[in-house]
Order: sequence, then C-alpha cells, then structure tokens
Amino acid sequence: MTVKELAERLKLTILTEGDLDREVIDCYIGDLLSWVMGRAPEDSAWLTVMGNINSIAVATLADVSCIVLVEHAALDEEARQKAELHDVTILQTDDNSFELAIKINELI
Amino acid sequence: MSNALHLHYEVPSDDFTRAGEASGSVKKRLKSLGYNTDAIRRVAIAMYEAEINMVIHADGGFCDVDIYPDRVEVLLSDKGPGIPDVEKAMQEGYSTAPDNVRSLGFGAGMGLPNIKKYTDEMRIETTIGVGTNLYLTVNVK
Repeated sequence: MTVKELAERLKLTILTEGDLDREVIDCYIGDLLSWVMGRAPEDSAWLTVMGNINSIAVATLADVSCIVLVEHAALDEEARQKAELHDVTILQTDDNSFELAIKINELI
Repeated sequence: MSNALHLHYEVPSDDFTRAGEASGSVKKRLKSLGYNTDAIRRVAIAMYEAEINMVIHADGGFCDVDIYPDRVEVLLSDKGPGIPDVEKAMQEGYSTAPDNVRSLGFGAGMGLPNIKKYTDEMRIETTIGVGTNLYLTVNVK
C-alpha cells in the first residue's frame, strides 16, 4: 500500500507531500524521539504527537515512509518547512494511535 | 589513511533546527557511495544523537568524519562542561537534560546508550570544564 492510498483510504489529511508513491509496509508508534529513531522500522508509518522540527530529522534518519500526527496534533511551521525541504510526507488524523494502528493493520 | 574520504561539520550551539544537518549530510554521502543501508542507518542515528547531545549540553562543537571502505570513523568534539559521571550517563534513562528539551521529545536518557548500541566502537574522553571528545566507529559489513 502506498502512502497516497493509505491517506485516501483512512481519510488522513496531507500536510506535507514527500514521495506519496512510497510503500508503507509497517507501522510504529512513539513520541520519544531517541527511542523512535533507534527502533522505527524502515518504510513504516510513524504515528506520533510530536510535530516539531526534530521529528522531521528522526523521520529522515529512520527512513520511515511517512509521519502521521494523531489526535490532531499540531505541526510547527518550521517543521513544515523542513519537511518540505527534505521531502517528508506528514499526514494528520483525529484518531488516536491505537485506533489508527488498528485500521492500518487491516490495510498493510 | 590516504584512502579515507574526510568530512568536517560545525555543530551549532543551542539550535535544534540545525542539529541533524551533519548526520543527514553523511547519510546522503554514504548512500551515494553505495554503503549498505544498515551501516548507513547506524552511523546516522549515532551521529544525530551525538549532535543533539552537543546542542543540549555543550554549546555545539565540531564533527569530523572519515569514510573508509570497511568502516566509518567519527569524532565529535565539544568544549562543553564535560561529563561528570560517564558510567551513569551510559545508563538508559539517566538524563540531565532540562525540561524544555524533554518537551521536544528528547532527554529520555537514551542518547549515549543508543550511540553505543549502534556503533562497533565507542570511546569517550571527557574533562570537566574543558570538553568532551566522542570517538565512534561503525564497521561496514
């Protein structure tokens, strides 16, 4: 399933567009960046409430397919700019991590 | 050694927006050189953690990277306050980071443990009031 399909099927709002054709093969939940950086699988959808600039660096380093800001968590303006610069896709949803992860599990 | 590719970066003080530039740039360079993704990931994560440490604790510093065919060596050097108790700092969950750093998702006490986990060799030289040198080696299998 691609990031684009995931966003469409789960009605996720696209806040920044990276490579929307990238595959999503896994899902990871976490807000502690050091923890996430070391453990989030590549090509996963990373579910978090951290919408700051460091999240973009972590997403890039861990090579996740996209960030999904759950529970309508906000995206900082400087984080948005950095995401656009580095082609990181950021999606947003009202669901919490648990609810969204269940839905993702049904799709991937 | 003459066959190393040498890279140098300044790590800014107190600027989270620029932390990660060095590790991101090294990651890109290793990718273009065709290094395997596991090694690239380990180098990038270890470097980013170290950069963040320098931003949080040490008013920035510099970073020297030597890329060899079989390994990547990194020196991260700062003129910060030094680490009073290295053994404690190496424990997962031990952190002296201030609250504003925690609200950014750091300060979980995972920095140095993560660096150790992702590198094949790690050596810390630290002197109170003088600074810290962190030497890292990641072997490329």
